[in-house]
Amino acid sequence: MKPARLRFGLARTLVITLGLGSTLLGHAQETLDAEGLRRKVVELQQTFERARREHQAQIDALRKQIDALQGSPGQASSASAAKPSLAATIPPGTTNPNSSASSSAESSSDKRWRPGDPLRLGGPGRSYLDLSVVGTLAAGGSTANDLDALQLGGHDPKQRGFTLQALETTFTGMVDPYFRGQANVAFQLDSSGETGVELEEAFLETISLPGNLQFKAGQFLTEFGRHNPTHPHSWAFVDQPLVMGRLLGPDGLRNPGARLSWLVPTPFYSELFLAVQNSQGETATSFLNSNEGERLFGREVSEGSIQSFADLIFAPRYAMSFELTDNQTLLSGLSAAFGPNGSGTDTRTEIYGTDLTWKWKSPRHEGGFPFVAWQTEFLLRRYQAGASDLDFDADGVIDLSLPEERLVDYGFYSQLSYGFTRGWVAGLRGDYSSGDEAAWSLDLDRATRWRISPNLSWFPTEFSKVRLQYNHDRREQVGTDHSIWLQLEFLLGAHAAHKF
Amino acid sequence: MPWTAHGRLFVACTTPDIAALATAVLGDRAEIVCLAKPTEDPHFVDAKPSFIAKLNKADLLIEGGAELESGWLGPLLESSRNSRIAAGSKGHISCAEGLQLLDVPTTLDRSHGDVHSKGNPHYLVDPLMGLKVAESIAAHASGVDPAGATYFEGRLASFRTLLESKMKTWTAALAPYRGQHVVAYHNTWLYFTQRFGLKSELFLEPKPGIPPTPTHLANVVAQMKALKAHVIAVEPFQSRKTAERVAMQANAVVLEVTQYPGGLKGWDSDYIHMIDQLVAGFVSSLGESRSP
Repeated sequence: MKPARLRFGLARTLVITLGLGSTLLGHAQETLDAEGLRRKVVELQQTFERARREHQAQIDALRKQIDALQGSPGQASSASAAKPSLAATIPPGTTNPNSSASSSAESSSDKRWRPGDPLRLGGPGRSYLDLSVVGTLAAGGSTANDLDALQLGGHDPKQRGFTLQALETTFTGMVDPYFRGQANVAFQLDSSGETGVELEEAFLETISLPGNLQFKAGQFLTEFGRHNPTHPHSWAFVDQPLVMGRLLGPDGLRNPGARLSWLVPTPFYSELFLAVQNSQGETATSFLNSNEGERLFGREVSEGSIQSFADLIFAPRYAMSFELTDNQTLLSGLSAAFGPNGSGTDTRTEIYGTDLTWKWKSPRHEGGFPFVAWQTEFLLRRYQAGASDLDFDADGVIDLSLPEERLVDYGFYSQLSYGFTRGWVAGLRGDYSSGDEAAWSLDLDRATRWRISPNLSWFPTEFSKVRLQYNHDRREQVGTDHSIWLQLEFLLGAHAAHKF
Repeated sequence: MPWTAHGRLFVACTTPDIAALATAVLGDRAEIVCLAKPTEDPHFVDAKPSFIAKLNKADLLIEGGAELESGWLGPLLESSRNSRIAAGSKGHISCAEGLQLLDVPTTLDRSHGDVHSKGNPHYLVDPLMGLKVAESIAAHASGVDPAGATYFEGRLASFRTLLESKMKTWTAALAPYRGQHVVAYHNTWLYFTQRFGLKSELFLEPKPGIPPTPTHLANVVAQMKALKAHVIAVEPFQSRKTAERVAMQANAVVLEVTQYPGGLKGWDSDYIHMIDQLVAGFVSSLGESRSP
């Protein structure tokens, strides 16, 4: 408030001074009579003094009005939020005279906003758009010198020192009585300091379709298993599971498309999903992906384009959940994704997945603690690789002929989270990924590897997080590596509700 | 064409106090399910998929509102695909609407802790607020099930009569302790203490939702001595150990209470009985602390 008032005063003075200057000049040119000039100056001084007094009076009046609007000037409003005694002057149980939705809360807080206060977007239900920003920072190091190959996720820390894993903004809200909209835009800093922008999701979703149906369209993360549809800040570990990175891609499987889901009218929860999405690009790793011009499984792959309906990705999923006891919940699902790949003219990819989540939460939890959650996913990919002739030295002689073959890759991760006391979670994750024998045998993207990752997370509140994680990596053909990462996260704005 | 899908109204309530009020008003014309357990922290209920199945067939959803359920209800409601209970439809009751809530923050700033922008959501520990919510439930249910309007009105009338007569008993029972300070773990009892002339201004949490720190607790002990506060109220999911440590230092007693019917062993699932037990608990611990 103070700076605003100062600026207000300054501007006035400036106008007056300028005005004074020009008047003075004008008169000086007209007459050189010294006496007349002195009289004029005195007159102007008086005018100026009068103007100053008038303005001061106006400023004082305005100040009084502002004070009156704030309530009594002695009450510091910031302290009153925590003090019940101030608000307690309102008698309980009195209904709002017009009894309209929550208008009482709004008017009473709006009234107390002062000109110097920052402008804020309201809480849930107070604005048309809920906005949030999540910043995730990692610091650490590894014995591996090829961190790019070691860490498979697009948002994983991949350099020694500091990494801004993501600054993710989420915009969400009701569009109208028929649709809900959401957009997630993530900013990232690469190792050369360049800022990258990623449109992770941007979709609308129906909220009142009949027949237990729900329709979603736009750019979205495919509902394949448990991990793929989630954003990095909700993960229980610093990095992405290996099998996800290999089979669904560093940034997960996501592309523009449409999805229909049906809540099956069973006594327990069960839901059927079918997504149809574009198959090209780097967010469809196992499909029409050019792999940034690099070979994939020894072959050159091309992005291609969608020619027919069959060139799209079809991703069905069935999920169901049971209450084992009052405090234990089980959720399991089967997922698949089918589509063309870029290694040949008519080559296709099939990915299958199954997931199981079990969670126990204390019937007397405070702030959500204590709890135990166990989540496991198993994935398998059948990649039909086209025949390819390789000429390494570009001398026109074929050095190696890769046949058309079916490459089978699989892997799983299993993670346990134990929220042992309020704000503290101990985690343990095991990763395994492997591929079958193939003509191109030197493939690090398919070689067997496993990883064990214990971690400890501390949530000072649900809006911040500190996490320490150790990764023990064992890669066939490469060896063992140790990495340690410290992760720091903050959330501003609307906190999205927790999904199961 | 009957509005309800099952003959009887299928009513989903978020918390057990609301479920108790709904039971009192809707009686046999409704089947009532409650999502949160009476013993758990209502701010952090797990968004179990089974809740989606329940919400999917609900004719009426009754939530506390004022952001009490904002951490878990939203996505469940979206996934439920039930336009009967969608926000803004007549089958969706947000009980806080139209109530004058206390502690509406002047500024929204999370450095003040877990601030609820619409005010303190634990208003149902004030029986008169309970009556208003019961009235609102009866009105909404009559809109959804017009044939039951007379039935609901009748039940509401007897609930009102009972509550109003009980109100006199409760007020009289707590009258001797007027002006006394009660310490709470979280700011849960504000509406109750105000209604019955007690004071609740000291909390073991330094800020709403922020776990107690040693410095803050030492401060609380000093203030308790200065204000002659001798009762610390703890809910089932809050740390009784912390409360007992403070109580020992401040020469106070720990009172185990719940804002939810059925939240403690031996506590009835009925709303008026819960207030009965709440009043009895406060009376006995305030009396106990007065005669050392």
